[in-house]
Amino acid sequence: MSSRRSDTIEQGAAGAPLCAGFEPRLTAFVCNWCTYTGADLAGTSRLHMASNVRIIRLPCTGRIDPLFVIKAFERGADGVIVSGCHPADCHYTSGNYHARRRFAVFHDLMEFVGVDPRRITFSWVSASEGAKWRDVVNEAVANVRALGPFDAYRALAPEDEAPEDGAPEPAGEAVPTGAARSAS
Amino acid sequence: MSELRDIARAILADGRARVVIGWEDARRGARPVFATDPDDADKLIFDARCVHNLVTYLNPRRDNVAELGKIALVVKGCDAKAVAGLLREAQLGRDDVVLIGVRCGGVLEASDLGQPLALTPENVAPRCHECDVREPNLVDYLVGDPQPDPPRPAMTIDERIAALESRPLEERWAFWTEQFSKCVRCYACRQVCPLCICERCVAEKTRPQWIEPSSHARGNMSWNITRALHLAGRCVGCGECERFCPVGIPLSLMNRKLQQIVAERYGYVVSDDPEKPAPIGDYRLDDRQEFIK
Repeated sequence: MSSRRSDTIEQGAAGAPLCAGFEPRLTAFVCNWCTYTGADLAGTSRLHMASNVRIIRLPCTGRIDPLFVIKAFERGADGVIVSGCHPADCHYTSGNYHARRRFAVFHDLMEFVGVDPRRITFSWVSASEGAKWRDVVNEAVANVRALGPFDAYRALAPEDEAPEDGAPEPAGEAVPTGAARSAS
Repeated sequence: MSELRDIARAILADGRARVVIGWEDARRGARPVFATDPDDADKLIFDARCVHNLVTYLNPRRDNVAELGKIALVVKGCDAKAVAGLLREAQLGRDDVVLIGVRCGGVLEASDLGQPLALTPENVAPRCHECDVREPNLVDYLVGDPQPDPPRPAMTIDERIAALESRPLEERWAFWTEQFSKCVRCYACRQVCPLCICERCVAEKTRPQWIEPSSHARGNMSWNITRALHLAGRCVGCGECERFCPVGIPLSLMNRKLQQIVAERYGYVVSDDPEKPAPIGDYRLDDRQEFIK
């Protein structure tokens, strides 16, 4: 069991050109009904994918406030994925349509403010699209890996802030720690 | 001017409203005035110094103003858009307020002048260039003569946005982090805004604390992006937030950019028609989604 997991991690880590040992950390905000289930399917199907993504499950993309994304960056995420049901598939009929407008505006505004749009990935992944979730994850991780750590956002932290979970950490530490945790 | 005063006097005399909120001339320039007695109507003025958006007094957060009784309000075109915003969001009933519209040919950047100056490219409020409602439609009375367009400012807000957008991402980030780092988190932008209507602002939530309250660069980034986003498709571009900002953050650029985004994506242009649904909270099945994988 543990050996299989570390296989997955190595596969993910080797999936893209390395940036001096930098392992990006991504936060994924996903809807319960489609993408979370799709990610679950990717897991039960034993699909190999990058292990740099921490998933946060929410009832609907309509529940995902752009503030969540900002908070993720504040806490040290290098990239964010936002994903939910395809149009016409929303469990609550129209949550994803409302979310689509909100994210469109957020996407354009963040670009205006100077955040590289490749740090925020939006996708529709249904419950049956485990393979698509793998591709979304791998592509997002590869993009963020190429961009490097989001030091620009971390530089906004107050000078007297004590390092804590989510603060800058030595490059490459994230994965060994994660591996140790999942192996134990 | 006499037209405005006559209407205000009549409204107060026959009880159609208990208070008329408009502008008066004071030692340090034009300022808001609350006229509650028919005799006070002679205080009312309207000229290019009347920059304030008085619709902030209709904001449901200001229940102390509502306690005065029914309000009659003097509104420019941009102000009427803000009233439409409150009506659209059911924060106000159309019968709750009497609107006296004034035809407006642009206002000055500053209100604190002894006499109104002639508008020039240097002193005109930049937002007036983008104005498309020189004559408010959402009114009960309309006063004043048709006005010419104001002079074009040396650099319009749209041109400043285009100039900023022509620079690479890193420079835009540097620009905004520098601007936001000035923020002292006084929340004047929020307090003066006619459409920041939440009884309890997310900036003041502590459990969980979404927005860090102390004024450092990280919390300021979070606050300023959130403030702008909460006004996406709602902001009328009256420019009061920027005028009130004690440290001079160019909030108009942010607000105008959001207006451009909703115009470009959803064809929405803010107007003083309360029946027109706002773009956020509405949707179409075929909304563009080129940014979604």
